[in-house]
Amino acid sequence: MSGLSVRDLRVVFDGFVAVGGVDLDVPAGDVRFIIGPNGAGKTTLIDAVTGLAKATGSVTFEGQELLGRKVHKIARLGVGRTFQTATVFEELTVLQNLDIAAGWARGPLTLLRTRKGVPPEVEKALETVRLTGVRDKPAGTLAHGQKQWLEIGMLLVQNAQLFLLDEPVAGMSHDERDATGELLGQLSKDHTVVVIEHDMDFLRRFARTVTVMHAGKILSEGTVAQVQADPKVQEVYLGHPVEA
Amino acid sequence: MTVVLNQLFTGISIGAVLLLIALGLSLTFGQMGVINMAHGEFIMAGAYTVYVLQQVITGAGWSLLIALPVAFAIAGLMGVLLEFLLIRRLYARPLDTLLVTWGVALILQQVARDVFGAPNVQTRAPEFLTGSVTLFGDLVISSSRLFILALSLVAVAALTVVLKTTSLGRRIRAVVQNRDLAAVSGLATGRVDRLTFFIGSGLAGIAGVALTLIGPIGPTMGTNIIVNAFLVVVVGGIGQLKGTVIVAFVLGILQSMVEYTTTVSVASVIVFVAIVAFLQWRPQGLFTLRTRSLA
Repeated sequence: MSGLSVRDLRVVFDGFVAVGGVDLDVPAGDVRFIIGPNGAGKTTLIDAVTGLAKATGSVTFEGQELLGRKVHKIARLGVGRTFQTATVFEELTVLQNLDIAAGWARGPLTLLRTRKGVPPEVEKALETVRLTGVRDKPAGTLAHGQKQWLEIGMLLVQNAQLFLLDEPVAGMSHDERDATGELLGQLSKDHTVVVIEHDMDFLRRFARTVTVMHAGKILSEGTVAQVQADPKVQEVYLGHPVEA
Repeated sequence: MTVVLNQLFTGISIGAVLLLIALGLSLTFGQMGVINMAHGEFIMAGAYTVYVLQQVITGAGWSLLIALPVAFAIAGLMGVLLEFLLIRRLYARPLDTLLVTWGVALILQQVARDVFGAPNVQTRAPEFLTGSVTLFGDLVISSSRLFILALSLVAVAALTVVLKTTSLGRRIRAVVQNRDLAAVSGLATGRVDRLTFFIGSGLAGIAGVALTLIGPIGPTMGTNIIVNAFLVVVVGGIGQLKGTVIVAFVLGILQSMVEYTTTVSVASVIVFVAIVAFLQWRPQGLFTLRTRSLA
């Protein structure tokens, strides 16, 4: 297991450098939080890893090069992500959302078959993200927090090994945050987790390691305590030098 | 009363034709948001399929029944080819798609002229569709119209089942709703696009087969009906199958009712005015759904 490894990653939109040469290593089983001010390139970094943004450099997961592959091929290598605003297929039911994520491995001959029962892994994911009771509701009618959990459930059934979560607890209640944080901890036993998050309280409680990005580059990296003590981080991220 | 019933049925049968020609478009234009001006030429291809098959198969009934799957496959493959070679490269550019597919439509018309000649050709209707059926004592309904009505309803039912209950339908809807999310969920979105286009274009082929029963087959038949097909989809609400169904029948009945009291041309004018008025009131159509690439 070698986790995620990013080398000299660059993403340029029409001359604007969104990510300018990032090196990042997230070992397997880590819970890595990526923080940074708005426009630091955090989401673009995830877009590049998942193939949604064109990038140069190198991104490997479990030794496999990801750059240059199609988006769905990257997903099938075990790279899963969520989007900044809770993004699910709103017009499909919760179960159908999970079916989509679970079903990519199905052959073309099964496409016209209708459903026969719920596969056990989908059942289990429904339990894990606590959506069993609403599985036949359209995903668009879920509460915000439930949608974010559905996103995680989709990654579970999709068999993702690397979870790239873009603000997974934004807008969640305290209880929901705690539950999400604990879920991330459990996941890290056999998954690699990368979280973009602005919530410092959530970060202090659940991050194992932290990477700070600023203006498309890595500013600092380490444990929560190390990063918090880094004067560069305090200056850039908090916008002012911290008084001694 | 008989007159009203008669006009009502005429309207329903006009509606059934509208529905058949618009059904494929409700997938490619309604669901995927692709403006495919060559859709009418796929209908034409379906009609010529019947003509060609009748040169080989003598029984008119058999040739018509065999033509249904063959026309579906031929029109569907033309659609896939068009999607793969051209439309795929123009997904975020609706205006360019319109121009390019219109060019393809002109090319296909010319090909039809070169192969089959410019004049319209005739096909033989099968015997079991040449007569008429009498209902309620004095309501006379032509069998071919009844066949088209049944065909359109079967096509709608089949499409509904595919979209709502199968894994393919789920994928089509998922890609339409959120392309990026579908891709990062591991769906090969390009392949889903091609399959959707195959089905939508194939339905145009089916419509073409049906049209041989009621009208001439010629190189320009596609151009004559494509506008009506787009109208039905737009008025019904982009991406909404039920809207397409309702609007097709409403427009058909309106046309036949007005036609009875005035003339065909006046009826067409009144129907178009009604559509314009309706779209002023509800620009988004009867039902609504978000789609991509048509902001």
